Amino acid sequence: MATLVFLEHHQGELLKPSLGVLSKAAELDGDVAGVVLGSGVKEVASGAGAYGAGKVYVADRTELERPLPQPRVDALAKLFQEQDFDTVLFAASVLSADVAAGLSARLGAGLNWDLTDLVQENGNLVGKRPALGDSVYVDVGWSAEPRLALIRAGTFEPKQTDGEAEVEEFDVEFEDFSLQATMVEQAHAESEGPSIEDADVIVAGGRGLGSPDNFKLVEELAQALGGAVAATRAVVDAGWYPYATQVGQTGKTVSPKLYVACGISGAIQHKVGMQSAGTIVAINKDPNAPIFEFCDLGVVGDLHEIVPKLTELVRSRKR
Amino acid sequence: MKIAVCVKHVPEGTTHARIDPQTKRLDRSGEGAINAFDTHAVEEALKLKEADGGEVLIVSMGPQSAQDSVRKALAMGADSALLISDEGAAGSDLVATTTALAAALEGEEADLVLFGQQSSDSDGAVLWAAVADRLRRPVISQVAELAVSGGKVTGKRQTEFGYDTIEAPLPAVVAVSDAINEPRYPSLKGIMGARSKPQRTVSLSELGIDSGAAGEGGSKTVVQGLNDPPPRGDTVKIEDDGSAAEKIVDYLAERKLV
Ligand SMILES: Cc1cc2nc3c(=O)[nH]c(=O)nc-3n(C[C@H](O)[C@H](O)[C@H](O)COP(=O)(O)OP(=O)(O)OC[C@H]3O[C@@H](n4cnc5c(N)ncnc54)[C@H](O)[C@@H]3O)c2cc1C
Ligand SMILES: Nc1ncnc2c1ncn2[C@@H]1O[C@H](COP(=O)(O)O)[C@@H](O)[C@H]1O
Repeated sequence: MATLVFLEHHQGELLKPSLGVLSKAAELDGDVAGVVLGSGVKEVASGAGAYGAGKVYVADRTELERPLPQPRVDALAKLFQEQDFDTVLFAASVLSADVAAGLSARLGAGLNWDLTDLVQENGNLVGKRPALGDSVYVDVGWSAEPRLALIRAGTFEPKQTDGEAEVEEFDVEFEDFSLQATMVEQAHAESEGPSIEDADVIVAGGRGLGSPDNFKLVEELAQALGGAVAATRAVVDAGWYPYATQVGQTGKTVSPKLYVACGISGAIQHKVGMQSAGTIVAINKDPNAPIFEFCDLGVVGDLHEIVPKLTELVRSRKR
Repeated sequence: MKIAVCVKHVPEGTTHARIDPQTKRLDRSGEGAINAFDTHAVEEALKLKEADGGEVLIVSMGPQSAQDSVRKALAMGADSALLISDEGAAGSDLVATTTALAAALEGEEADLVLFGQQSSDSDGAVLWAAVADRLRRPVISQVAELAVSGGKVTGKRQTEFGYDTIEAPLPAVVAVSDAINEPRYPSLKGIMGARSKPQRTVSLSELGIDSGAAGEGGSKTVVQGLNDPPPRGDTVKIEDDGSAAEKIVDYLAERKLV
């Protein structure tokens, strides 16, 4: 195998999920190289050697400064013309999903996503993909090369070695359409706000709350239980609750002893941020909500009825 | 402005969708419905049309039963629909699906192509980027706030690090998040009117796609096996009969969590 790992970076550092995928790739047969795309990134790139890359290809261009997918597709397609890779691996992120799918179209290459493992069976690469709300584990493969794969966020831990990588620059020609989307503003998340990562108890609210005001139901329950409040992307994006409290793929990863999910459907991207909680209690009025597939106690009902009563009962136990 | 919205017909209720062990494909024989994530894209298109005029075209690829989802979008207020339906398209993966969708969209010359956040039966959240590459148009994904003016589209979206604001000239491809709006319910008038709106069904050959580029043959990924998920602790599921709060407290107390 000749594997290329797409190495994402932010503020001068290679990201942990990418390094985790690189470490995994290094455990498979064959050669492993990394690719770093950006502006002023040569230094950053050399760091990949310590995680199993023998070589790191770098395209250092101002057009690649902002984290936009399409110029990155051009760069990877160009690298493909020059080098022989049969496999390209990406750690899933907002950016890399778009890069992987764009490259899939450009090369006519098969893309498997949301993989939680990669194994070699009789010389073939097989991806493990939990599907349909993780209710079935599918073995996925590729009928042709190159093979592209997106690995689910947080799957592989980086493993440091004492290796060093040779850094090789390559040139890119950009397509006109690839440079048409431009970054107007990048607002970095405020780090202030309550920290939920260390909380033993988390009460989380989702769109089922119905309105931002109803977050007070969740806050009161959290207070009674001595816990913190968390939210889903749907309500954070809608401006109901701060980004600092978001749990999931693009938010925080938490593992409290108790996680109470109120009006949350249980989408995969939310699940990856809270699945290691000790006990998960879900309150949802839809008996088919995916969250009932992975909670410990599932309550089918109206949170507006249940949550205030629950808060009152918890309070009265303490009195 | 002409807006095309890509919608998918998916098996109803994620947890009941099953993969057929024989064909290793998603069992699409049961009840289906429009992918809920796509109703946000339809809603956004209707809002843009209401503000600035124009037309909304629904584009879908799926079995004949996908007509139901197409009609739902028309009942919400879209103007016309194009369904790509062909026996030969069954089992299409990302490469094959986007070849067909892009071919259909190519002929429509929409100023804006909208996608939903993800399909509930595949959770890919990837299709738009492949379609945009084939159409050679700029793409903005995960958009939670969208504005169109002066021949440009601007989208605000969340990433792992905060919020990006991205701008692109039209024609462009945009995928919206489920936080962007509250989709409307079709009115009775909308439902009645949907039937008489222009609806076309096209085959792959009508799109100029040869059979080798579609369906399983045109796909580059394969499903090799199906396994049960790893066993996990027992889930207790209760229905609220007025005593759910007490039952939750008892459950927590047993585990010393309260
Ligand atoms: C790249 C990417 C990254 C993402 N990252 C994240 C992330 O970090 N975190 C995250 O959370 N999501 C993330 N998402 C979004 C995710 O896919 C879901 O869209 C989101 O989690 C849904 O939020 P929700 O559960 O609040 O809303 P919904 O899915 O709308 O669920 C609301 C639930 O409330 C229930 N409900 C309604 N009324 C009541 C009531 N009265 N009583 C009880 N229940 C009720 C409904 O039955 C429903 O199940 C991401 C998506 C993508 C594509
Ligand atoms: N068969 C299809 N026909 C039309 N649009 C689709 C189809 N499959 C997916 N889409 C669109 O692509 C988006 C992302 O799908 P996915 O990448 O499969 O999660 C969906 O929200 C739809 O807007």
